[in-house]
Amino acid sequence: MDFDYTPQEQSFRQEVRDFLADNLPPKEKRDKNFLGTWLEKVRAKGWVGFAWPKEFGGSDGGLIEQAILKEEMSLAKAPPLGTSMMGLAWVGPGIMEYGTEEQKKKFIPDILDSKVTWCTGYSEPNHGSDLAAIQCKAELNGDHYVVNGQKIWTTGAPWSQWIILLTRTDFNVTSKHDGITCFLVPMDAPGVEVRPIQNMAGDKHFAEIFFTDVQVPVENRLGAEGEGWKVTVSALANERSSIGEVTQLQAKLDDLKTLVKNSSRQGKPASEDPKVRRTVARFEMKISAMKYNGLRYLTKQIKGEPLTSETSVNKLHRASLEIEMDDFAIELSGQAGLQLKGGEEAVDNGTWSKGALNWPNVVIGGGTPNIQRNIIAERILGQPKD
Amino acid sequence: MNFGFTEEQNLLKEQVQRFMKEACPLTRVREIANESTPFDQALWQQAAELGWLGLTIPEAHGGLGLKWIDQTVVLEAAAEGLCPLPMASQALASAAILTCASEQQKASWLPAMASGEAVVTLGLYDEANWIDPKAITATATARTGGYTLHGKKPFVNDAAAAHYMLLAVQGPNGLALAALGKEQVTVTPQPTIDTTKPMASVDIDGVEIGEEDLLPLSPEQLAFLTDCGAVATTAEMVGAGAAILEMTSGYAKERIQFGKPIGQYQGVKHRLADMFVDLESYRSLCYFAAWTVDDDPAELAKAVSMAKGYASDAFAQIGIDGVGLHGAIGFTADYDAQLYLKRSKWARPMYGDSDYHMDRIATLGGL
Ligand SMILES: Cc1cc2nc3c(=O)[nH]c(=O)nc-3n(C[C@H](O)[C@H](O)[C@H](O)COP(=O)(O)OP(=O)(O)OC[C@H]3O[C@@H](n4cnc5c(N)ncnc54)[C@H](O)[C@@H]3O)c2cc1C
Repeated sequence: MDFDYTPQEQSFRQEVRDFLADNLPPKEKRDKNFLGTWLEKVRAKGWVGFAWPKEFGGSDGGLIEQAILKEEMSLAKAPPLGTSMMGLAWVGPGIMEYGTEEQKKKFIPDILDSKVTWCTGYSEPNHGSDLAAIQCKAELNGDHYVVNGQKIWTTGAPWSQWIILLTRTDFNVTSKHDGITCFLVPMDAPGVEVRPIQNMAGDKHFAEIFFTDVQVPVENRLGAEGEGWKVTVSALANERSSIGEVTQLQAKLDDLKTLVKNSSRQGKPASEDPKVRRTVARFEMKISAMKYNGLRYLTKQIKGEPLTSETSVNKLHRASLEIEMDDFAIELSGQAGLQLKGGEEAVDNGTWSKGALNWPNVVIGGGTPNIQRNIIAERILGQPKD
Repeated sequence: MNFGFTEEQNLLKEQVQRFMKEACPLTRVREIANESTPFDQALWQQAAELGWLGLTIPEAHGGLGLKWIDQTVVLEAAAEGLCPLPMASQALASAAILTCASEQQKASWLPAMASGEAVVTLGLYDEANWIDPKAITATATARTGGYTLHGKKPFVNDAAAAHYMLLAVQGPNGLALAALGKEQVTVTPQPTIDTTKPMASVDIDGVEIGEEDLLPLSPEQLAFLTDCGAVATTAEMVGAGAAILEMTSGYAKERIQFGKPIGQYQGVKHRLADMFVDLESYRSLCYFAAWTVDDDPAELAKAVSMAKGYASDAFAQIGIDGVGLHGAIGFTADYDAQLYLKRSKWARPMYGDSDYHMDRIATLGGL
């Protein structure tokens, strides 16, 4: 057990900080071209897909350094390292684990270079939590499959070029987990229709997608036919792990403390109110627990064991903290807390009020809290399935 | 950066677990806890021979010269079986001596502690629920050739079994620890919820001690020893929490109601999952806090408050749910779940409850 960073790890942290000092201007000074330049620079540094193998364009970086990189980027409120969050967090790793050589060559570089944005087509209108029961159909026809069916809640569908798509190729199975097959499909393929859905925060970030006789070449199948569930389970662990990452909450906690210091309650400084102090301390404690849980799981990964059900632990923490922190901030801010971006009294430009409407991203996305509890109880504690 | 135990630490853990299973199963724990002086000399001697009583004592003084993280490994594993030996008190008394005593005292006291010959405990605060130098109300006044003690130490862990004790007092020149032998004081065991953690009051009124037996204790040293106490307690909460979770999870797989194992009902399995999430979380915080004792003292206070602050409320709930999920059987004296619930009650206020620790996190975190 040793929580000290090695000299190499420390100098890597310094390198990231120096880079940020030189290349991350304050928000108001960033122009139109900023993001493009930023993406090129972080790519040139080898920080996109940092821990991915060199042969696929990664840097063979260590997992600890990767954690340092994410932490520093997040605390500095830097933009993401690539435009395809899903590409980097689970589609890319999925392709590297299950894809053919051709698929790796074809898809990985574009994810790293932010040329292609990916979305994830799992959920269907009748199958959300019960994901393995999906019905979207794919039928082999010579050198291609024909896909028919519907997906929904697909985040990023309105602007993505590719989708990782979960289908059923076999309807005569005893276990619903069999007969599922995964595909990599271009969103501009004939027969793909995207209808954006507005969420309660006012954004059209997700969509429903209709597939009508969409032809998908056999070489776009990810993993073997009928083996799609395996691909999905490891992708979902990666998704939950990315949701359970602590870095964004650490940055959010910093902002919350600043807000507390600048707020008053009934005419007195909020930072003197015992309830306020204890509430914020409890957030800090839980965030700290996530951090050290994450480091324990990272140590496991470094020893070569893949991430599995334990990712649900931090996913649950993130889900409750995300709601509680935004709600606490708007409660603390009283009526001003209600104002959205642009409001004369809006607090932190409406970040908290918007957040209070956006929590389903991390609470429902990636599987609901009830499902995470089922996973922990069944797969870690060995309770019978319900 | 490596958040894993070494091979040696894993072996140490297994060794303690084996000891608990073979030499000190819960049937034996119950017997010991029911005795008037709940102490088992033979078990204590075995623990000493295995090196567990001198883990953090330097090799020069007969110990193993290891760290608090190793101490945590032993306390956690022993607490899985609610080990009634005063190992935590012995470790804290060692820390107090290493922190406050002269070289000569260390050389004369520590070897007897590592060998188990001397059982020693540490008594800090006299106010029931206040972690502060002012919460030490017993005093020492100067007399020729030494000091006279006044007052009573109402809450001293493991005092009845101890041969020696280090008791905090307000001395003529500030805080101090009075080093006492049991024949100098009057120890009165107190009935408490958790008989595996015996507590006593120690009357020191009018006791005269020599000059060298009053060890100066700075407020920083007091805070350090309190934090060590919180680490020891939290390590035991990890072990005891894991044990009652395992017991409850096992029962949920076997108990059939409405034709199904109760673990199939989400009212049951989701509580088990929540217990796991909390246990996992204060476990991570506890290991980090234990590491800071020796390797990052600047972070100790905050790390300890995170760990003990989390564990205090979480383990209390785990104790309640552990008993409750069993149904009526959990309420029976014969069933072991209740022993863990009692430990959760004992641990909650020790070395600061969650409110105390949350206040400290807020302050240390810049609020
Ligand atoms: C913001 C957002 C982004 C999303 N992005 C994507 C995406 O990019 N791609 C994608 O494929 N999907 C996406 N989803 C969908 C998401 O994965 C599903 O919404 C989620 O898995 C729940 O499915 P559902 O909405 O059908 O709810 P349901 O499964 O119908 O659940 C409804 C309620 O019943 C509970 N419930 C269901 N089954 C059980 C059970 N066995 N035990 C106890 N309670 C149960 C749930 O917890 C929930 O409270 C997104 C969702 C949101 C909110």
